[in-house]
Amino acid sequence: MIEQHLPVLIVVVPLIAAPLCVFLFNRTLVYLFALATCWATFGMSLFLLAKVLESGPFSYELGNWPVPYGIEYVVDYFSAFVMSFVSGIGAVVLTYAPKSLNDEIDPSRHYLVHPMYLLCLTGMLGICITGDLFNVFVFLEISSLSSYALISLGRSRRAPLAAFQYLVMGTIGATFLLIGIGLLYQLTGTLNMVDMAQQLADDHGSRTMLVAFAFVTVGLCIKMAVFPLHTWLPNAYTYAPSVVTAFIAATATKVSVYAFVRIVYDIFTPQFAFDVHGLDLFLTVFSLIGIFVASAAAIYQGNLKRLLAYSSIAQVGYMLLGVSMNNQDGLTGGIVHMFNHAIIKGGLFLVVGCFALRLHSVRLEDLRGAAKTMPLTAFAWVLGGLGLIGVPLTAGFISKWLLLTAALDNGFYLVAGLMLISSLLAVVYVWRVVEILYFSEPADAVESAREAPWSMLIPTYLLIVGILVFGIWTSYSVGVASQAASALLGGAP
Amino acid sequence: MDNFPIIRVITKLLMPYILLFAFYVQFHGDFGPGGGFQAGVILAAGLILYGLVFGLPALQKVAPPRVIEWLIALGVLVYAGTGIATMLLGGKFLDYEALKHHVLPGWLPEGQHLGIFLVELGVGITVTSVMTVIFYCFAGREPVDGH
Repeated sequence: MIEQHLPVLIVVVPLIAAPLCVFLFNRTLVYLFALATCWATFGMSLFLLAKVLESGPFSYELGNWPVPYGIEYVVDYFSAFVMSFVSGIGAVVLTYAPKSLNDEIDPSRHYLVHPMYLLCLTGMLGICITGDLFNVFVFLEISSLSSYALISLGRSRRAPLAAFQYLVMGTIGATFLLIGIGLLYQLTGTLNMVDMAQQLADDHGSRTMLVAFAFVTVGLCIKMAVFPLHTWLPNAYTYAPSVVTAFIAATATKVSVYAFVRIVYDIFTPQFAFDVHGLDLFLTVFSLIGIFVASAAAIYQGNLKRLLAYSSIAQVGYMLLGVSMNNQDGLTGGIVHMFNHAIIKGGLFLVVGCFALRLHSVRLEDLRGAAKTMPLTAFAWVLGGLGLIGVPLTAGFISKWLLLTAALDNGFYLVAGLMLISSLLAVVYVWRVVEILYFSEPADAVESAREAPWSMLIPTYLLIVGILVFGIWTSYSVGVASQAASALLGGAP
Repeated sequence: MDNFPIIRVITKLLMPYILLFAFYVQFHGDFGPGGGFQAGVILAAGLILYGLVFGLPALQKVAPPRVIEWLIALGVLVYAGTGIATMLLGGKFLDYEALKHHVLPGWLPEGQHLGIFLVELGVGITVTSVMTVIFYCFAGREPVDGH
């Protein structure tokens, strides 16, 4: 009986667990409850993914209202794939969390962290699974609002300001999305994505549709942190607590990319977006500029978290490059890169969290020589960094290789060349940190530091080893992503 | 506000009507205009008026911040719990048809009516508490040093 309800349970279980956390008085109990919820959600997402791979996409009608009148939850290759890694990262990061949270967040606020974390997860899973456009907006707000709250819990006094900047930008983005959805609703009289796509097919290229398209694109570009709308991201990632940064950096922008791909490919159709209105050119240009500007900025950062934040902006550029190519290989590359970047960046931010716990700083000058006293943590950085650069046998290589071959096959030689050069920039900023960790004289604080505790190292290595595993065994990542891409390109989902 | 007896008296006079109107909007929402959100805001407006006139401590005696925090969570639980209940009764999530029963027909709401009643109740509880907490956050702020 439970099996048939899984598509809604995957959203409802964390949603119910969040308020229940408020009623549990014991802090340990709250944590264990939230942890169990996260792993259960991960289990459900794997089950849904297995079911989709076995018998194809299926859907669930909320309240038994028939489509298109009611809300529909759709589990297909793309949504199941994204949900599986979002909930997986959520579970691993929360497993890692307790020591880091104790260190970085005032104990009186602990009871707020777990409900917010679960709500954020709820929102992101909801964005993935829903087949209703207004629902996307609602879930986007759930995940955004809870992430603003989580970011503002950071230890630094600048955390609330960073959260506020993100709130202002994020609200503008969400409002634009809502205006776009409103216009589409006015145009078609429906909110169901499939139904809306069919209605829009009859009404090709009216002014309203164009305006809706513009609003939705700009709104989601803010959420995805596409250059030049990325300004909220570095501060938000830098001043948030390490655990929150790891979770949000690994998932939030990817889910926005998911929503963007879903809306552009399934509702507006690539013909309208790319062929008629030339979005592909804009995306390519801004992605490439973003990759170069953000990677160059990352090289000059003195703060490890900020360095990774700029690198995230660059990596979103790679995903969108794939999306903008509008063909099987490119789109597959973009989707795989969502997954690969999620585990790479999640793993690296967990490494940063280990440094923050032991050294109480993530400024590069305070990390000098840390490889001597924290060898395992430092080595995790090296492995993660290799993934970020895209060295063969790591997950980062797979997606960059796919993007590169897609670019070469389609004659985008300039794009391919720039991609290769931009990987060199990644080498620079990753190596800079490696050099400081391994080849500098240890600072005093580093001399007296100890290796990070196992309770944090094991989850960190879970993701780091994942980078290597998915660099070799690609049938899960690339296999599912290419099925998702062909479903997206094959017209109606 | 101790110097404004008129405001205090009028507030005391109005208070029951504001609260009553909130409950009317809440529980008549399934027959006429209204619903949980509007009712919650009206109820919270009543509380906030009380707080403005009689001071924050007086309001916090009526609505302790800790309890209000629980109520925020409780409202969400009532909403989602309704969905879980319909699933346990064999329907889909929030399928109110599953709430059909034969206890006191015509007196107790049932089916779709009962479902929307419960869901709106959850919305009402959460909206009231969130509005009140927002007021607490602003009103309870300590003055910045030196000002």
